[in-house]
Amino acid sequence: MSHSVLLSILLLAPFFGFLFNGLRFKSKNVQVAGVVGTAMVGISFICSVLLFSQLASLPEAERSLRAEYWNWLNVAGLQIPLAFVVDQLSAVMILVITGIGTLIHLFSIGYMSHDERPSKYFSYLNFFVFNMLLLVLGDNLVLMFFGWEGVGLASYLLIGFWFTDKEKAAAGMKAFVTNRIGDAGFLIGLFLLFGEFGSIVFETLNAQAPTVQDMSWNSNLTLACIALFIGACGKSAQIPLYVWLPDAMAGPTPVSALIHAATMVTAGVYMICRLSNIFIAAPNALFIVAIIGALTLLMAASIGLTQWDIKKVLAYSTVSQLGYMFLAVGVGAFNAAMFHLVTHAFFKALMFLGSGSVIHAMHEEQDIRKMGGLKKHMPVTHWTFVAGWLAIIGTPLFSGFMSKDEILWMSWHSPLGSWYLWLMGVAGAGMTAFYMTRLMALTFWGESRVPSDVHPHESPTSMTLPLIVLGVLSVFGGFLGIPHVLGKILPGHPPNFFEHWLDPRLANIPGLAQANITMEWIGIAISVTTAAVGAILAYRFYIIRKDLPEKVTSKIKGLYELVYNKYWVDEFYFGRIINPIVEMSKGLWMYIDVNFIDKITYWTSDMVKGAGSSVRSMQSGNIQQYALLILLGVVVVIFAVVMG
Amino acid sequence: MQSTEALVSVGLNHYLVLSALLFTIGSLGVLLRKNMIVILMSIELMLNAVNISFVAFATYLDNLDGKIMVLFVMTIAAAEAAVGLALAVNIFKNFREVNIRFFEHLRG
Repeated sequence: MSHSVLLSILLLAPFFGFLFNGLRFKSKNVQVAGVVGTAMVGISFICSVLLFSQLASLPEAERSLRAEYWNWLNVAGLQIPLAFVVDQLSAVMILVITGIGTLIHLFSIGYMSHDERPSKYFSYLNFFVFNMLLLVLGDNLVLMFFGWEGVGLASYLLIGFWFTDKEKAAAGMKAFVTNRIGDAGFLIGLFLLFGEFGSIVFETLNAQAPTVQDMSWNSNLTLACIALFIGACGKSAQIPLYVWLPDAMAGPTPVSALIHAATMVTAGVYMICRLSNIFIAAPNALFIVAIIGALTLLMAASIGLTQWDIKKVLAYSTVSQLGYMFLAVGVGAFNAAMFHLVTHAFFKALMFLGSGSVIHAMHEEQDIRKMGGLKKHMPVTHWTFVAGWLAIIGTPLFSGFMSKDEILWMSWHSPLGSWYLWLMGVAGAGMTAFYMTRLMALTFWGESRVPSDVHPHESPTSMTLPLIVLGVLSVFGGFLGIPHVLGKILPGHPPNFFEHWLDPRLANIPGLAQANITMEWIGIAISVTTAAVGAILAYRFYIIRKDLPEKVTSKIKGLYELVYNKYWVDEFYFGRIINPIVEMSKGLWMYIDVNFIDKITYWTSDMVKGAGSSVRSMQSGNIQQYALLILLGVVVVIFAVVMG
Repeated sequence: MQSTEALVSVGLNHYLVLSALLFTIGSLGVLLRKNMIVILMSIELMLNAVNISFVAFATYLDNLDGKIMVLFVMTIAAAEAAVGLALAVNIFKNFREVNIRFFEHLRG
């Protein structure tokens, strides 16, 4: 099949699923809704695989399949084609989106089996997949923005899926509003790029990007990159717009896995990689990206150390891992960022689904203080979770290790990186190991603290199957992109497939020195040791000496309170930003709107009404009156003609 | 002699005066009467007043055009009467009367 047909099936299958389930939204039949929803994404996955194989069979320089359907807009120099591109970058993304998407849809059939509105749920989920595919496949910034908004809407609908709970509805709104702030940045960046290059098509933009680095702070290029990064901050939950993601955990857990861990939140990273030539020409903007990424990863990891809600821990972990990706992008290691995006999608989706399985078994209990000892009740969930845990803390040869160490190495080695970025990354790795081990220890190991009226049980096959697949991917997924230094000592010297695949599509870092192998090994040793120390410390704290956490937190009570309360960021935003704006808006409403704008409109409408009322009586409906008026009119005209 | 001469010399003016009188009577009927049938009859009267002036001018100018026009007017008058009567029948069916004031219900 030709690639344009495959592309339209790829895009339209989830859209059809959305319409199908959306039109029968009152149905409570979870089987029909779930099977159709899953099948549609499954079809998309098959199309993705076929497209990928078509792409791989092309010679390396021509690996780009473009399908233009029609010209969407053509106004005074602005050309927006409705065109989609599958190249090395978007091929990776569609495989991740539809592949993990299928697994999560499958998981949802079991998870949502007791829900009131399964059709609505699956229709929203398919709607999300459709928009996410638009986002990654669009060949220009406007199409990407279309998908960008669409996934935001789907995210809002799914976070507030159980909207009768006021808190969950509010969480959806928070996500939507926070994203709007980022979207404003995205749009400004789009306008600036169009003003600078006269095009919004990625290929043209990347081709026209200046080859000389633009070192100024206030040039259009740097400002455009910073504005686009603000957009990425909103969607990908970075400082200062990260606050919505932890609250987004109010949605159903598979949604958290798909949207708020594996796919949508990585859209910002993808967008920057798409425009890598533009960004690499603006090192000042990249510096901001790297610093924000590093700060976010530290801050989120430290909050993760103290949370008691299983999903909140994972949410802060996601924010932290996204920080790693932005750190990688910021030092110009687009490759490493994309690789971490993929491996993170594997292990974080796995852990979210695992937590979903736990929550399902515990009858909607999310507090890890009321769990413990679940290992023997839920063996499959436990062992797959172990795979995810080993991956995220960076156990050598697991997927997370491969990608994270590539990032850490590049943050040291790249001319855009520096020692403090590296140090922040390593500290984050230590904290990651601590909070993930803490989560494992409190949830699955140790003795049971489960209330006596709850009897945890292993989940059905439709839920454990995706866990197993993702578990395997988390363990072996890293072998897609083995760092060069490791490839040299592994048997057969496997090359870095992933880097090799993406290389033609991504910008190179200017002035990258030859890698120093000894330094790289030392870096790996340090980060692995830090992670091991973190993990062992957590094991000691929560399994062997259970009195220790209490003692340590009471010693540093002030600090603990600060971190436990998430640095009071939400309170700060409410107190200093949101409430003043609300108060000011109220003032505008009470004084300006009521006294001024309302009066103008009332006055206008009164004028029109008054003018009408004087001639309204003519329209009486009395035919003879009309006839008389006509006659009189004729008489007057004749009189005027004869006399004039 | 005088009287017969006066009779013989019926000229254009006589016809036009008759036509004007008939037209005025007809239009007053349309404007003042409430019964729909009578109004329709008054309209016929107006049309025929016009026909008289057509024929009178045609004879006076020795030109056939006016006489042909009369045939057209009669055809259209017949059609118009049919439509008007259909309306009258409908009004009667709904209100058991053919008073023109029931048309006020059609006011928009």
